[in-house]
Amino acid sequence: MILGKLTLDAIPFDQPIVMVTCAMLLAGIGFVLGLITWLKRWKWLWTEWLTTVDHKRVGIMYVLLALVMLLRGFSDAIMMRSQQALAAGGGAGFLPPEHYDQIFSAHGTIMIFFMAMPFVVGLMNFVVPLQIGARDVAFPVMNALSFWLTAAGALLINISLGVGEFARTGWLVYPPLSELAYSPGVGVDYYLWALQISGLGTLLSGINLITTIMRCRAPGMKLGHMPIFTWTALAANMLIVAAFPVLTATFGMLLLDRYADMHFFTNEAGGNPMMFVNLIWMWGHPEVYILVIPAFGVFSEVIATFSGKPLFGYRSMVIATMAITLLAFTTWAHHFFTMGAGANVNGFFGITTMIISIPTGVKIFNWLFTMYGGRVRYTSPVLWTIGFMVTFTIGGMTGVLMSIPPVDFVLHNSLFLVAHFHNVIIGGVVFACMAAFTYWFPKAFGFTLNERLGKAVFWCWFVGFYLAFMPLYVLGLLGMTRRMSHFDNPAWTPYLYFAMAGAALILIGIKLQVVQLVVSIRTRRLRRDLTGDPWQGRTLEWSTASPPPAYNFAVLPVVDGIDAHWSARREGKSAQSALIEDIEMPKRSALGFVIAFLAVTGGFGMVWHIYWLGTVSLLAAVGYWIWQSWSEDDETTLPASEVRAIERTARLNTVRV
Amino acid sequence: MQQDVVMDMRAPNAAAEAHSERRGVTGFGFYLYLLSDCILFATLFAAFAVLHAAVADGPTAHQLFDRRNAFIETAFLLSSSVTCGMAMLACDRRHITSALVALAATFILGAAFLALELTEFAHLVSDGAGPGRSAFLSAFFTLVSTHGLHVTAGLAWLVVIAVQLRQRGFSEGVVRRMFCFSLFWHVIDVVWIAVFSFVYLIGSAS
Repeated sequence: MILGKLTLDAIPFDQPIVMVTCAMLLAGIGFVLGLITWLKRWKWLWTEWLTTVDHKRVGIMYVLLALVMLLRGFSDAIMMRSQQALAAGGGAGFLPPEHYDQIFSAHGTIMIFFMAMPFVVGLMNFVVPLQIGARDVAFPVMNALSFWLTAAGALLINISLGVGEFARTGWLVYPPLSELAYSPGVGVDYYLWALQISGLGTLLSGINLITTIMRCRAPGMKLGHMPIFTWTALAANMLIVAAFPVLTATFGMLLLDRYADMHFFTNEAGGNPMMFVNLIWMWGHPEVYILVIPAFGVFSEVIATFSGKPLFGYRSMVIATMAITLLAFTTWAHHFFTMGAGANVNGFFGITTMIISIPTGVKIFNWLFTMYGGRVRYTSPVLWTIGFMVTFTIGGMTGVLMSIPPVDFVLHNSLFLVAHFHNVIIGGVVFACMAAFTYWFPKAFGFTLNERLGKAVFWCWFVGFYLAFMPLYVLGLLGMTRRMSHFDNPAWTPYLYFAMAGAALILIGIKLQVVQLVVSIRTRRLRRDLTGDPWQGRTLEWSTASPPPAYNFAVLPVVDGIDAHWSARREGKSAQSALIEDIEMPKRSALGFVIAFLAVTGGFGMVWHIYWLGTVSLLAAVGYWIWQSWSEDDETTLPASEVRAIERTARLNTVRV
Repeated sequence: MQQDVVMDMRAPNAAAEAHSERRGVTGFGFYLYLLSDCILFATLFAAFAVLHAAVADGPTAHQLFDRRNAFIETAFLLSSSVTCGMAMLACDRRHITSALVALAATFILGAAFLALELTEFAHLVSDGAGPGRSAFLSAFFTLVSTHGLHVTAGLAWLVVIAVQLRQRGFSEGVVRRMFCFSLFWHVIDVVWIAVFSFVYLIGSAS
């Protein structure tokens, strides 16, 4: 009773794959904890990272979480690819079906919610305040809370690996399969609680970044002067604030079905499973754009910088971004044309889907015209950008193909669809994350990454992607459906071997990326960025030191146009020449970490029906928050003399170049 | 040019400006939160609209709802918005006693609303019309009690504000919190008007 449904049976001792993975994970965690203890770094970790409210460090932690989760999600992917290659032609493969079902569900959930989302949110967190010449985000403590809630969700999902099970329902837990009658285990509950917790974090971060962009810009920076990445961040966060409450409410209803015997989505007592599908895609389609619009922003920054030209068609880029933001809410039903809503409804959503490709096309031409006549430097971020333009265009075309309802009836739930969305998400979001990682890495850490290895990583991913997913298009057309652990059609086998080879090539790319990081860190002295502007950038983040001081700008820059850093440099004036004053800095705060810790215990308690633990955690979190509200003294003053000293050191470094 | 701007920012009442700026930023963020909350409610309203006829051979809205009770609830909540507004006026005049009295009145009216709502729920459950009876009742209970949870959270928040107001008067933080609380309370009121209209009036008419 005191432990709810939790017993020793929850740990899958009979599944060697899971147990070995868990043992390795625990060993890895133990090693890291031991290393921190051995190096006596616990206090440093607590004061510098776990309780930091600096947007740059929060952003770095987001990206770190995303990279770790990329490894987890990719392990799932390579297991699926090898299972399907081994189980080709009727063999059983090495994964039992109930385990395979958990793997594809975990792969989708982790890649979207805990890899792509933290990566994109982390980039926005790190870059946006620097680009708009702000000292931090509008609500620094809440920002840390957002990150820690996301991390709490990720932790819960990963606990499900060793304690209990994960959902076997696919990444969007469609009812009635996800209802208690058909999924009596804790897998769906892990999914729901983890995503409710991390979803709250995402919503808070959306509110935070919109407020930052609208209220905290440097003096003189009008909306029309904002860098394109900031514009896309604004659009994505508006989508977050508008779409995530729908997700919270929808998962809330499913939770009530499962915990309180309600009938929102059951197939008895008047429940309506298709309402779930409608609601989840009312969030889900905007979610696609939450990920890809900032990706467009990254490519815009990269291509303008490395072409040495202002972005072609700034105004049309902004209009196209905002058009996509609005249209994102009008296409959700194309995810389930086969529901049977009728020809008129399907026709409407088919047309809106085709319309949304128009502003996207505008953007592609803007990037092309930016390159045209420019002095393009073919660095690895540019390779990712060009790779994106080619790949994303193909993905966009297969998307428009499926937006035709009669075509979709044939392709629905086939591997063609799987190929399509990997085409746009890898070709769009992942490529952008890689480009952004290379582009802003020197800003975050003060040295550039190894270019040779960076290009090798790109080619592995690029070729690997085509090898892995083009065969899936063919398989989809041949009639292979998604989510199958084995099948007996020998004609499909060769394609699955190719797909397996592609996944292996991407694996090499990921390994090379680790090598690139290690090599770059070891040789960092050779590639120090002492100017703060390693790429001849255009926007304000390049006008401060790399890595930027805690306060970002000693004197807030004054802006009177787009590409503020570029024009200031061309006119030979330093944006930082004026008087240095005392700077008000937010104090570090344990609030985010403590509340997220309670979210993990509370979420774990609710998953296992340990209701006292859920209640105690909730009350403790609320009590702690109220107690915190008594301290109004959340800022500290950095005296001008100290700022001057920091700036002097930075300038000395520059002179030494 | 740059120096001019910097000099402007060092106006003599810089501290007061910084405070009002911070309140503006907080208020902006809080408006965004309230918008997102409205979308959460909109989703629950949509679910209610879809499921309101899915009674599964159980009781219908017409048989269950007591409009008189809902009307009294509405009266309590609307009056609490008035007293909340009076608390804000007292806050503007920096008058602690009247602010505390108005906050207390807001608390009592809000608590009375909650008591009536819980009584209604208890009646429904004891009549066998609990949230598990049909999809319609699931949607009803979820929508109305989500609003009720907001009222509960508001009452807890109100107590915190009142205690802090007594302890330290109209400090910057207390004023900022009162400002956000009043926004929150009015939005909850607006949501209730929608609940009253769509669930109790239209729902029980059909």
